[in-house]
Amino acid sequence: MSTATEHPTYNYKVVRQFAIMTVVWGIVGMAVGVLIAAQLVWPALNFDLPWLSYGRIRPLHTNAVIFAFGGCALFATSYYVVQRTCQTRLISDALASFTFWGWQLVILSAAITLPLGFTSAKEYAELEWPIDLLITAVWVAYAVVFLGTVKMRKTSHIYVGNWFYMAFIITVAVLHIVNSMAMPVTFLKSYSMYPGTVDAMVQWWYGHNAVGFFLTAGFLGMMYYFVPKQAERPIFSYRLSIVHFWALIATYMWAGGHHLHYSALPDWTQSLGMVMSLILLAPSWGGMINGMMTLSGAWHKLRTDPILRFLVVSLSFYGMSTFEGPMMSIKTVNALSHNTDWTVGHVHAGALGWVAMISIGAVYHMIPKLFGKAQMYSVGLINTHFWLATIGTVLYICSMWVNGILQGLMWRAVNADGTLTYSFVEALEASHPGYFVRWLGGAFFLTGMLLMAYNVWQTVRAGSSVKAAEPSAQTA
Amino acid sequence: MSAFWSAWVSVIALAVILGCTWLLFATRKSEKHKETTEETLGHAFDGIEEYDNPLPKWWFQMFLVTVVFGLGYLVLYPGLGNFQGLLGWSSHGQWEEEMKHAEEQYRPVFEKYASLSIEQLQGEEAGLKMGQRMFANNCSVCHGSAGTGAYGFPNLTDNDWLYGGNPDAIKASIANGRNGAMPAWGAVLGEDGVRDVTSYVLSLSDREGVDAEAAERGKSQFQALCAACHTPEGTGMQALGAPNLTDDTWLYGGSFEQVAHTIRNGRAGVMPAHSNLLSDDKIHLIAAYVYSLSNQ
Repeated sequence: MSTATEHPTYNYKVVRQFAIMTVVWGIVGMAVGVLIAAQLVWPALNFDLPWLSYGRIRPLHTNAVIFAFGGCALFATSYYVVQRTCQTRLISDALASFTFWGWQLVILSAAITLPLGFTSAKEYAELEWPIDLLITAVWVAYAVVFLGTVKMRKTSHIYVGNWFYMAFIITVAVLHIVNSMAMPVTFLKSYSMYPGTVDAMVQWWYGHNAVGFFLTAGFLGMMYYFVPKQAERPIFSYRLSIVHFWALIATYMWAGGHHLHYSALPDWTQSLGMVMSLILLAPSWGGMINGMMTLSGAWHKLRTDPILRFLVVSLSFYGMSTFEGPMMSIKTVNALSHNTDWTVGHVHAGALGWVAMISIGAVYHMIPKLFGKAQMYSVGLINTHFWLATIGTVLYICSMWVNGILQGLMWRAVNADGTLTYSFVEALEASHPGYFVRWLGGAFFLTGMLLMAYNVWQTVRAGSSVKAAEPSAQTA
Repeated sequence: MSAFWSAWVSVIALAVILGCTWLLFATRKSEKHKETTEETLGHAFDGIEEYDNPLPKWWFQMFLVTVVFGLGYLVLYPGLGNFQGLLGWSSHGQWEEEMKHAEEQYRPVFEKYASLSIEQLQGEEAGLKMGQRMFANNCSVCHGSAGTGAYGFPNLTDNDWLYGGNPDAIKASIANGRNGAMPAWGAVLGEDGVRDVTSYVLSLSDREGVDAEAAERGKSQFQALCAACHTPEGTGMQALGAPNLTDDTWLYGGSFEQVAHTIRNGRAGVMPAHSNLLSDDKIHLIAAYVYSLSNQ
């Protein structure tokens, strides 16, 4: 098995760039998250500054963690994985470089325009039309590089990780273009092309598939490489890969309607959204099973390898949140959970527990290889990071469960005379302790990221690169 | 939805569900091993191999259960285009049912108070409590949970009323809403005029430090432009919602600059109508509660 450090024929430069920015944007995005979590506990932290107000920097947080942190992690790992599993260099260094600098420009534009209040007001698609055009250009270049490289592969088959990366890249292009269709009125203001309810449906078709393809399919691609690689075990079942891949991408497309239960959306669309969400449970779990079972025969490695621990715990959170999702899509459950903090907790079970943890594991796996080092500067720090991240995620999820169910029950409680028992403010007051615990959880997670930055910095700058014994460059 | 689009969406939705089911069975049927195996597919990617393991049984069964449940749900409930489902359920129907039930259950509770006047209700502890709860849920966002108001939203506890504080006026404000329109006078008065009138307006409430000469100049303009609504004495007119300017209650702030801003740019205060949101009996109880805030 290859433990290649520097490979002369692969383009590792762009992977290195994206890998480092994954850590940088992770810290930025999560720091903004911790700030807005703190604002909900101590509202004075708005400082009465419009560009620091919750409404403007909450989208900055979501964009930074999803598209800057998650996006860079996907770019870095997909470029790394596609080269190594296809045994060929990226087809174009120039285009790859364009995707890096283009993507950083998108992130920078977001970081400037969102606090200034320029927004299309579409959740997870707040960026205004000129930035949307830039995203499209970068994404098309990304598709060309990735698909082109797969086409030039020197292996007979396409590895399952690359199926997921391809599904993610192609679908996100479609989602982004359709949902961002708008009529510009000025340089930084536009109006959606779709009217009312149609706009809401298009938005949540996009929104849910951003979760499904950006945050699930893309990261499953990551999982399919880094879990077997780190565990040094074969993938559990190729057959399972096939069924869960096709079922996942076919059913995810329909699930968005569950975001609009009991709304003006026609009943049939809501029901179909719920049915497809329930059928989605097994395909989602297929990925978890394939990852988890890959560890059979290698469980003992968890005792000594904190990177593997990151990867395995991320799969556990993935399994948990993909069970929770279908449950929350059931109308009766949704009637309680909708608009409460439960939804926020559910998203973060996926975002912190799954997306961030698997990315962190993958980056720890890649950094030494990308920079020609034997291993990370400190394995102990990775372990500390692991516990900070796990405790942080658990604090976050549990506090939001308590808050969400509390809010749902308080909002629907009625007195003997039919009036509501609690006013909105009372439910908000009751949520205050939960908001504090959530902030604490976020702070734990962010602290872990700071340790990671230090660890990565020390690994990269270590003068004497300890090259691992390099066997034949390409192991088929 | 036309029959074509109804069929279109139904066919694709079913094709997705049945297609997944077919793939599930086809994969299971082609399995070479029925038990866990060490055999791989024979290719490796960067050293990663893949076992030819069968689909886990419990997973296969779970998949089938969700498919059966899903298809059953689509037969019973609306989900396939225009097909309404065998149960005849609709979200609107569910809402109507719940509202009907609530109406039957709660009407007697409110009817008990509907026959009492708002003055009489002041002695009804339980009725006022109901009014307070409805106020908390419908009014407090603007008027504050204690009814003390905020910038641009009147204080309801000080017995100073824009549109009158008798029971009928309060009920009318809640049921039909109010639109307070103060026109902008900046263009008519010019900046000097705005400051003169501001000085005069502030002098009405005996403000200290007001420029007496400017106030004198502003007086004639006030009489010409403002007196029609605010009366020549500046005591306001409740029929129009024109505030009394001689007291020290200021809806939009009482500093020189804030009053000047009001005169220069005007104000548009809106109290939304609630007659479409709340029944008469409920408005009656909320009015009783609001009345109680300044008539204890």
